[in-house]
Amino acid sequence: MARIIVVTSGKGGVGKTTTSAAISMGLALKGYRTAVIDFDVGLRNLDLIMGCERRVVYDFVNVINGEAALNQALIKDKRCDKLFILPASQTRDKDSLTSEGVGKVLGDLSKDFDYIVCDSPAGIERGAMLAMYYADDAIVVTNPEVSSVRDSDRMLGILASKSRRAERGEEPIKEYLLLTRYSPHRVKLGEMLSVEDVQDILSLHLLGVIPESKAVLNASNSGIPVILDEKSDAGQAFSDVVRRYLGEDVTHRFIELEKKSLFGRLFGG
Amino acid sequence: MGLLDYFRNTRPSTAAIAKERLQILVAHERSERNKPDYLPMLQQELLEVIRKYVDVDQDAISVTMEQDDKREILELNIILPDESQRKKPTKRA
Repeated sequence: MARIIVVTSGKGGVGKTTTSAAISMGLALKGYRTAVIDFDVGLRNLDLIMGCERRVVYDFVNVINGEAALNQALIKDKRCDKLFILPASQTRDKDSLTSEGVGKVLGDLSKDFDYIVCDSPAGIERGAMLAMYYADDAIVVTNPEVSSVRDSDRMLGILASKSRRAERGEEPIKEYLLLTRYSPHRVKLGEMLSVEDVQDILSLHLLGVIPESKAVLNASNSGIPVILDEKSDAGQAFSDVVRRYLGEDVTHRFIELEKKSLFGRLFGG
Repeated sequence: MGLLDYFRNTRPSTAAIAKERLQILVAHERSERNKPDYLPMLQQELLEVIRKYVDVDQDAISVTMEQDDKREILELNIILPDESQRKKPTKRA
């Protein structure tokens, strides 16, 4: 049985797809057979972030409709043979995702995989609801910014009431906070909510903090999940996140401002 | 603390403002979240019934739902006007 992880946020543009790509790659590099599914029907982008956009033949909706077998639609990652990508449909309307269809695909994938990462679309429409419905764990991606924090809290309410686990009265979805685009510098200046601020408001277990980083855009430009950029701060932060998710005790990094030179200290900022 | 920080600290931090606003908002939205959907409708219909007999204000009724471990409590609160302002019940034909 696979463990199903939803990467969700409510708000758009906070880093769900970047996170899905990085975490699925990280789990696969640890040796777990991992599938990552793009639930954003009509606005597919995970393929681009994973760098497999030219290899898409069949998609999630084709599989649901029985037009393609699962193994025809799954794209094997070229860098890691434990990782498979199931792209979203680009042309169909959103109604083509059905609860039964999604449930069947996840059920079939569960037989072969250790982890299934569901990359949720923004919003609380059907794609987002179905991405979280079958989840065992939820990674709530949040920016240290008012609208993102509010939407994350809204999403927590939905996870607690509208998921399959909630409907069946089972053990609730395990929720983790992933704070992204974090700038210790701006936090120190009092311009940005701190990790503690966001935790005070959302009361979630902190899975990690990803610093605002040039590496993220560079990675998406090249179609390489940022976790593979081992020298970068964001890449290392995502590696830590994967290890923490798997139960290792890893000290949080990139939260504090690095020690500054004499010049820096003198002029602050 | 750097030289410039000394002058910066005279301004209120926007992060602190953000946190305060969010704490208030999130607390409010969480309390709304667990209410059943029918509460506003129930409140409206109750108001209509009560207004047949007593002249109460639009906001004189509050319906709240509270939950603890063992039970749910539906609380109905009606503020009646002073004796002098009450209108007599209309007799039905």
